[in-house]
Amino acid sequence: MITIDAAGMHYKELNRLIREGIKKGIKKFFLENVNGQYYIGDGIKGDDVVININGIPGNDLGAFMDGPTLIANNNAQDNIGNTMNAGKILIKGDAGDVVGYGMRGGKIYILGNAGYRVGIHMKGYNEQLPIIIIGGKVGSFFAEYMAGGIIVLLGLNDSDEFDSEYFASGMHGGAIYLRKKIDFSKYSKDVELYEADENDMNFLKKYLIDYADSFNISSEEITGKPFYKIVPSSARPYAHLYTSA
Amino acid sequence: MTKSSFSNIQSEYLALIDHNKCVRCKRCIQNCGWGTYSFGGDKIISDHTKCVACGRCYTYCPEGAISIVKNPTVIRENANWQESLIKNIWRQSETGGIVISGMGTTFKYKKYFDHILLDACQVTNPSIDPLREPMELRTYLGKKPSKLDIDFDETGEPILKSKMPPQIELQTPFVFGAMSYGSISLNAQKAMALAARALGIVMNTGEGGLHDDLVPFGKNIIVQVASGRFGVHRDYLNSGVAVEIKIGQGAKPGIGGHLPGEKIGADISKTRMIPVGTDAISPAPHHDIYSIEDLRQLIYAVKEATDYEKPVSVKVAAVHNIAAIVSGIVRAGADIVYIDGYTGGTGAAPNIIKDHVGIPIELALAQVDERLREEGIRNEASLVAAGSIRSSADAVKAIALGADAVAIGTAALVVMGCHVCGKCNTGNCSWGITTQRPELVRRLDPEIYGERLYNLISAWSHEIQEVLGAMGVNSIESLRGSRERLRGIELTDAELNALGIKHAGL
Repeated sequence: MITIDAAGMHYKELNRLIREGIKKGIKKFFLENVNGQYYIGDGIKGDDVVININGIPGNDLGAFMDGPTLIANNNAQDNIGNTMNAGKILIKGDAGDVVGYGMRGGKIYILGNAGYRVGIHMKGYNEQLPIIIIGGKVGSFFAEYMAGGIIVLLGLNDSDEFDSEYFASGMHGGAIYLRKKIDFSKYSKDVELYEADENDMNFLKKYLIDYADSFNISSEEITGKPFYKIVPSSARPYAHLYTSA
Repeated sequence: MTKSSFSNIQSEYLALIDHNKCVRCKRCIQNCGWGTYSFGGDKIISDHTKCVACGRCYTYCPEGAISIVKNPTVIRENANWQESLIKNIWRQSETGGIVISGMGTTFKYKKYFDHILLDACQVTNPSIDPLREPMELRTYLGKKPSKLDIDFDETGEPILKSKMPPQIELQTPFVFGAMSYGSISLNAQKAMALAARALGIVMNTGEGGLHDDLVPFGKNIIVQVASGRFGVHRDYLNSGVAVEIKIGQGAKPGIGGHLPGEKIGADISKTRMIPVGTDAISPAPHHDIYSIEDLRQLIYAVKEATDYEKPVSVKVAAVHNIAAIVSGIVRAGADIVYIDGYTGGTGAAPNIIKDHVGIPIELALAQVDERLREEGIRNEASLVAAGSIRSSADAVKAIALGADAVAIGTAALVVMGCHVCGKCNTGNCSWGITTQRPELVRRLDPEIYGERLYNLISAWSHEIQEVLGAMGVNSIESLRGSRERLRGIELTDAELNALGIKHAGL
């Protein structure tokens, strides 16, 4: 275990200390006074490494990460989990734009809201199933080009509707679960909406319980409503767009 | 729309068989990836509509019985309504699709390399004989420090105190351009990997991930990160000598790419880390890059993930404001900028983009080099020039215009038998290059073509040494950005100005 006071520290130094710590076999990191430092957890490995962050981590939190757990105890900024391969990121506040871009595995749980372009080009592969669960709502361009994995929008903050525009355009894989009905006419023509059935709910249950446990909230509160499921109409949305010269 | 099976488009070529010579060995049937030939009971028959003039059949016909000729049945000549335009109208009216093709543009734009002449020594400043004297082609790609701190040891020998930023060492100023596994076959990639290792240069994975078989070639590989982030993970970033962030490609500036689902078989699926049969879609932009600051963020995300041990390259297409763009890229922290001119190749791109978007690499290079020098940041990044480098002469001229090294893509495929038929997008390449059909891929022997690539680059390197010798310089360094050694021919003042060179005779 190590505590690093990040006050006034450049990200390069902070991340070097983390990488060196991991090399030395340290498993638990407590970062204090984090104030916008970029790239915390970037490219690090180790399933049992846990980094607890007090303050506001900067952009690209957990980019290219492959195994560790990052816990942000406040809000976090843009590009969380960029091209992440494995691991877990907990945000106990709101997240910025572009969460989980190109993410291939691992979990990102956000207690509050997230910004624009969440889950863009998220993709699954074999046993790798990336999962994003968001407690509140999201901005526009949600799940654009989504190619795999699971995103759950809980809408716990009592907003009536998810009002994001360009919802799931170009989506061609994976599934989105919504805890609130949406005005489907507003969203992309590339996707279809169903009521989640028992199989879906059984599948989701363990993740929702894990989410609730992570933030010390009651899982009954989350699961007590019917869910809706959004899936792409085609794995090949642009198959007929071209003709060969 | 209902689709009528009748097409106005007649075959472009005729696959003619001399039945007096043909011994019915059926090798042509086997060799043609397009299904042009079949056996009609007692003789080979040709379906001319399928022939693309890829040259495979006659190369492998043991009797020389095949000739491929342009279909003599003409579409009436008209300089305004050219045949290709008429055919595209038919094609699009029959399918409703965007016309796509492989390779670079076929348009006849002015090729500036062909209007640039090199200098040589006469009498004063003697030329050098490269057969007798050392002629240095070694090139280092990466950021160079703006000053060097030097100490001296007790014997008075200098010791370099400055820590050099990471570099890619090339024994000759060539790299293979980025071509992904998916757009080309694994055997084609292996041929380049073998050649790169033997030559002491590098190949580039393109955006299709790194196949397990290529991992041992890491010291000769640049790994690419594009908007689709296919096969990109921590270990991938650390498996080559450098990481390249692909923003654009000369053949298709500003647009992304689709590798169609039918090409995503088990092996490509594994390398790209996506499910079998889904489209591999690379969005037009990186959705986390909307500004120079955002690019900087990704460059440093990569540097953090590679512990600042690998140079980071940024690949862009040559477009109108390329000088300002590259200045921004260098300021964003790129160690190498790869500039791809508008005649560069592709596995598939819409013709509307390929034929009409971008600018020539010659003009882009001259402007970029000039701008970076003016701003005092030329040392901050190396420049790699690409976009149909067709010969060592093109390479020398590119370097004199300001490049540190040149990339070759199409030329490398030509080594493997490519006849530039431009049908890469169909996946039927008879040469086993731009196909994933196992029976076609199998015929491309990586060892044989690795050796031929080695031969080509060695020959081009010797030619460059000859030229350097004639110019009286003994190192490629001395030619870099030396536009005074170039003269233009048949160029306007505006063109000479853009190239930063004088007209011949001046």
